[in-house]
Amino acid sequence: MANKLIDLVNITKSYGDNVVLDDLNLYIRENEFLTLLGPSGCGKTTTLRIIGGFEQPDQGKVMFDGTDITNLPPNKRQLNTVFQKYALFTHMTIAENIAFGLKLKNKSKAYIDDKIHYALKLVNLDGYENRKPDSLSGGQQQRIAIARAIVNEPKILLLDEPLGALDLKLRQDMQYELIRLKNELGITFIYVTHDQEEALTMSDTIVVMNQGYIQQIGTPEDIYNEPENAFVADFIGDSNIINATMLEDRLVSFFGAKWQCVDEGFGTNKPVDVVIRPEDVVLCKPEEGTISGEVTHIIFKGVHYEMEVMAGGFEWLVHSTIMHPVGEKVGIQVDPFNIQIMHKPESEDEEVAYVED
Amino acid sequence: MKTKQSKWLAMPFTVWGIVFILIPLFMIFYYGLIDSEKHFTLANITAIAEPEHLKALGLSILLSLIATIICLVLAYPLAMILSRLGINQNSFIVLIFILPMWMNFLLRTLAWQTLLEKTGVINSILHFLHLPSLNIINTPYAIVLGMVYNFLPFMVLPIYNSLIKLDADVINAARDLGANGIQTFTKVIFPLTIPGVISGITMVFIPALTTFVISNLLGGSKILLIGNVIEQEFTQASNWNLGSGLSLVMMIFIIINMAASAVFDKDGEGGMM
Repeated sequence: MANKLIDLVNITKSYGDNVVLDDLNLYIRENEFLTLLGPSGCGKTTTLRIIGGFEQPDQGKVMFDGTDITNLPPNKRQLNTVFQKYALFTHMTIAENIAFGLKLKNKSKAYIDDKIHYALKLVNLDGYENRKPDSLSGGQQQRIAIARAIVNEPKILLLDEPLGALDLKLRQDMQYELIRLKNELGITFIYVTHDQEEALTMSDTIVVMNQGYIQQIGTPEDIYNEPENAFVADFIGDSNIINATMLEDRLVSFFGAKWQCVDEGFGTNKPVDVVIRPEDVVLCKPEEGTISGEVTHIIFKGVHYEMEVMAGGFEWLVHSTIMHPVGEKVGIQVDPFNIQIMHKPESEDEEVAYVED
Repeated sequence: MKTKQSKWLAMPFTVWGIVFILIPLFMIFYYGLIDSEKHFTLANITAIAEPEHLKALGLSILLSLIATIICLVLAYPLAMILSRLGINQNSFIVLIFILPMWMNFLLRTLAWQTLLEKTGVINSILHFLHLPSLNIINTPYAIVLGMVYNFLPFMVLPIYNSLIKLDADVINAARDLGANGIQTFTKVIFPLTIPGVISGITMVFIPALTTFVISNLLGGSKILLIGNVIEQEFTQASNWNLGSGLSLVMMIFIIINMAASAVFDKDGEGGMM
């Protein structure tokens, strides 16, 4: 296992009375693509700015490759940042922008020219050396911002919602481009986004955050298929989140029916949350289902139909390639493997997953 | 329909502009290009080359330049401090700062005269403290002081405006790429605020160049700036032709200055507000 390149230890940060990060612990391994994901105000950008050195934590330490860098200014840190609104120097040409960091390090002209050429090639903007940033499109400016950062050969690249200002098509193209860059350069990426799809597409590891707490850390598959709490389930993709009672190991009860599942160790007769992804709900004949109900809405989404089914007093969200017209009586089945059981949060403001190293 | 309506809305200003801007301007051109017999002549304009006029113009340019440089040196750090304050403190400090601007310009200059006089307030205090007296009234120093005092806000505001428009992340980016505080300032912050600086220079240099009140009140009658020369041609010598001719020369100076600043400030970024 690769070593911990960044280790955040007990980080706390507040602005006035507003606690943004509360005792946050997180480490990032070398060569990892790690995404901090969460709604706005969850503390993800603050975490990134603390790593970058633009904010100081009130408490806690930032360790970089074993050394404490908490009080080191940004210009002394071996990492570079790609900012949300690009933050290019508009009074300089593209080449001057890219050369900025290298000139400060007194690199030779030949070396710098070489690097500019290499970086522009890497981001597919060959021949833009003498253009001004204002004459480039948003996507091009963002790629220049990335080029400007990577020529300094940082150990880590921090990206603060770099694709947020781009339109959908361009964003998707840039996602692939970033994955390619990451693989070619072999450096660690720490990426901040509120877009769950972006996070699922690009990351090795996703850190889901809410209200200054880490909710779950895991691979995209883990986060999607086995959310640890209702917040994560709800934030990552569509889901049906249902109040239920865990009767015993592998048996859960909701809407007056007993459902087989595969989870164990929740105790007996314990209240839990159940999450079922809309694509895992199987519609069948009413008499064949565990419960039955009636289709109330249907929308054609291209890949599938999105239906709402009223059953057991709950509006089920269902994705299926088979159409069931509104008013049709249907039964609902769910494969035991697709029923995900989650602990109930202890209280409203303690919606925190306990995270083990 | 709409354009017709907006034409009507522009009427009051159009009338104002014609009566109080275009006609006076035309009259200056007219008087400047004729002699007392109403014959066409360029003598009023070439009169700028006369030694006493050249001397006044040279002194005006010199003092205005010095005043502009002092304003810039004072204003930039002040604008930086103002731009870094939070919004609440900010408006209060800006208020304190622009409060004197609401006072009449003439009044403020007269106040300086009272302060600086041989038996004025400052010298009385110095005398009371047994310190040597300050004799700068009726010297170029007093004129520069008056210029700096009166025109400093016109330097601060455009620089302040261009500083608050700077994206904090652009400064962060410079730091991130390895620039220390000084390098961040010289390579990023200052170059990006040049439009504001140019705008400030224009707004201090031009009024300083053409002032006659400051030099009248603080320079006594001994020091003649080009503004005083023009004023005297109109008021004392009653030579409107020569006064207009010299005014035209000043106008050319100002237009050159404005054109130069327009080159630096293409988007009007460094505008006053």
